[in-house]
Amino acid sequence: MSPSPKTASKPELDFGNAWEYAAAPEGTKVAIDAKYGLFINGEFCAPRSKRYMDTVNPATEEVLAKVAIANPADVDKAVAAAKAAFPKWKRLKPSERAKYLFRIARRIQERARELAVLETLDGGKPIKESRDADIPEAAKHFFYHAGWADKLDYVFPGRKGTPIGVCAQIIPWNFPLLMAAWKIAPALACGNTVVLKPAETTSLTALRLAEIFQEVGLPPGVVNIVTGAGTTGAALAAHKDVKKLAFTGSTKVGKELARNLAGSGKRLTLELGGKSPNIIFEDASIDQAVDGVVQGIYFNQGHVCCAGSRLFVQEGIMDEVLARLAVRIESLRVGDPLDKNTDLGAINSIGQLATIKRYIEAGNNEGAKMFQSSAKLPKLGYWCKPTWFTDVQPSHTIAREEIFGPVLSVMSFRTPEEALTRANNTPYGLAAGIWTDKGSKIFEIASRLKAGVVWCNSYNRFDAASPFGGYKQSGFGREGGRQGLLSYLELN
Amino acid sequence: MSTTDRLAVLKTYKLFINGAFPRTESGRTMLVEDKKGQPLAHLCHGSRKDLRNAVVAARKAAPGWAKRSAYNRTQILYRMAEMLEGKSEEFATAIASTVAGGKSRASKEVAAAVDRLVAYAGWADKFGQVLGCNNPVAAPFYNFTIAEPMGVVCVVAPAEEPLLGLISLLAPVICAGNTAVVVGSSEHPLATAILGEVCATSDVPAGVINLLTGLRPELLEVMAGHRDVDGISAAGCNKAERTTLELGAAENLKRVTVDSSKGKDWYDLDKMNSPYRIQPFVEMKTIWHPSGA
Repeated sequence: MSPSPKTASKPELDFGNAWEYAAAPEGTKVAIDAKYGLFINGEFCAPRSKRYMDTVNPATEEVLAKVAIANPADVDKAVAAAKAAFPKWKRLKPSERAKYLFRIARRIQERARELAVLETLDGGKPIKESRDADIPEAAKHFFYHAGWADKLDYVFPGRKGTPIGVCAQIIPWNFPLLMAAWKIAPALACGNTVVLKPAETTSLTALRLAEIFQEVGLPPGVVNIVTGAGTTGAALAAHKDVKKLAFTGSTKVGKELARNLAGSGKRLTLELGGKSPNIIFEDASIDQAVDGVVQGIYFNQGHVCCAGSRLFVQEGIMDEVLARLAVRIESLRVGDPLDKNTDLGAINSIGQLATIKRYIEAGNNEGAKMFQSSAKLPKLGYWCKPTWFTDVQPSHTIAREEIFGPVLSVMSFRTPEEALTRANNTPYGLAAGIWTDKGSKIFEIASRLKAGVVWCNSYNRFDAASPFGGYKQSGFGREGGRQGLLSYLELN
Repeated sequence: MSTTDRLAVLKTYKLFINGAFPRTESGRTMLVEDKKGQPLAHLCHGSRKDLRNAVVAARKAAPGWAKRSAYNRTQILYRMAEMLEGKSEEFATAIASTVAGGKSRASKEVAAAVDRLVAYAGWADKFGQVLGCNNPVAAPFYNFTIAEPMGVVCVVAPAEEPLLGLISLLAPVICAGNTAVVVGSSEHPLATAILGEVCATSDVPAGVINLLTGLRPELLEVMAGHRDVDGISAAGCNKAERTTLELGAAENLKRVTVDSSKGKDWYDLDKMNSPYRIQPFVEMKTIWHPSGA
């Protein structure tokens, strides 16, 4: 169904096709090898498994490269390398350790264009996002944490922080390089060594990062990268020499890992799913809020764990918000991720597209009313139009479960109390957004929302200095900022 | 029968749930014997249903306790210390009747427990300043991280140091603004049973501290798997118990902290009075607000 907004409070100016954009494709070409091995002990090597998987450009369905699948023997080799590298890395003068991280940050900045293009090719996200968000933030994580390496004695007053040992890190496909940086930088700054497993559909930028580790002379074994799917991750998590596991991904897999680790004595941090509320009060700046809602749910095609997927609108402004939302969503450009004008790129994989479609179907079947933008989708590749539902009940599947796609559920509320009750009525607790111009109200609501990150009059802001992580079943532990360091230190 | 002329009035020990002293719903009792094997008292043998009732009380009390000002929590914890000090003799006698080491050891344990409460009374309105901070983000935002209560936390006290161990786990949990369901030492349960009297006379709101006596192996699994428990603080666990707790906790991802302290560790002030014992029982919330943009 295409949107048929009721009359907005102000008439919209109609320019016909005058605002059609000419395509503005990013021209940088990036060399991609036909086949990638594992990165172990400072070198790329063929997997003992002798097995490879295809990594596909989700915007064209082209196979970009073959990537190794690490089996338990490969994982064992990687963990052994990390274990062997640990004593020396731990003893390295902290100010020297810092300089390695600074070097890595610089190389990411210098190779930013290449990394952005590669990220977009492999994952399908719009180039403007990989260029302006993913890659600069990845560099910032190394910059930020570099400076901590020789200042750890000041982080937790009264305690000396020492490294834990070999850290296993398993990351998702939605922010491939950024998640790698997010995990590796604090671990290294704290003196740990790492075995990282990228997501199976998006390994290429992590392997580029491995090249950067070689370029900056990072000692062999300090970071090892094993590619593969779930079984590789499970083998890594279960390895006896792994002292800590950091996982970002679904709540289902997070719980499985928590069960597998029960009684093992391994440290665990989990950054899992969400069904984050975005709440607009009648006294909000509505245009600003509508833009924030769009940013909250359609950023990165909604493949964001903290996506604002439940929109709560105070009853009196519902019609106005819906009308403006329809206009705003209609203006989003969907298509070639390499086009600098593109707002929504490709869905990351065919599997994820199927999941999203299932949820959209559930929304329709359960009685919610669907709207989609009239954007034309390319013939090849995996695509989903920006979608939103009204008439959503709290019991609907689309109001309860994480969709991880560009699908928004719109609901109403009357009082702040009701908004709070409904917003908190979820097993998740990752993030939340509040829109109101009233200062005292915003801080009252912020303090009563059960969420690890609360964005006031904003949404989806991230920073290496700002701790990120959830309440309840959105996981435990924080990443980024001072509190994030606790995940990678023993306090003595 | 004692050799004095007067027959002593023995106390009936009960559970402490929601600010009241109910008997266990199971009707079961367990016998406590002194060190010579002589019967000392019959205590409630708390059941899994008692535990669930206690969680309901704790959940109900959680928002109110979290909303109290930190200064108010400071005063209530200090009041607990005052009341415990006043009952020192009773606690020392009760503890010494079952725990090896005699009265002088027990008195030291009680004194240390009082001092621990005082230490955490002091932390209640300060730990937020130590654990939280402002964050210098590279955008026009005011960004800060604060420590918030986690909700309902179960406390599994160690077998030894039955009062000091229990208080050392309980104090950080309630200091942080959580409500607690405590399973006391199965081996030496008298201190747990008496502690309810301290809570009841210290302005601790009903449901904030709930105390169960019973057999720990019976209660661990239901505690670990309980969907309305947010965290667990346990001590004196063997590997199997730890596995039980962590396995059940994976169900709703409750936060489990297992303390390996033993014996003298409970008297180590540097370790025990640290704000990093509060940290595992708070959630860090980060708030972004635009500034001048």
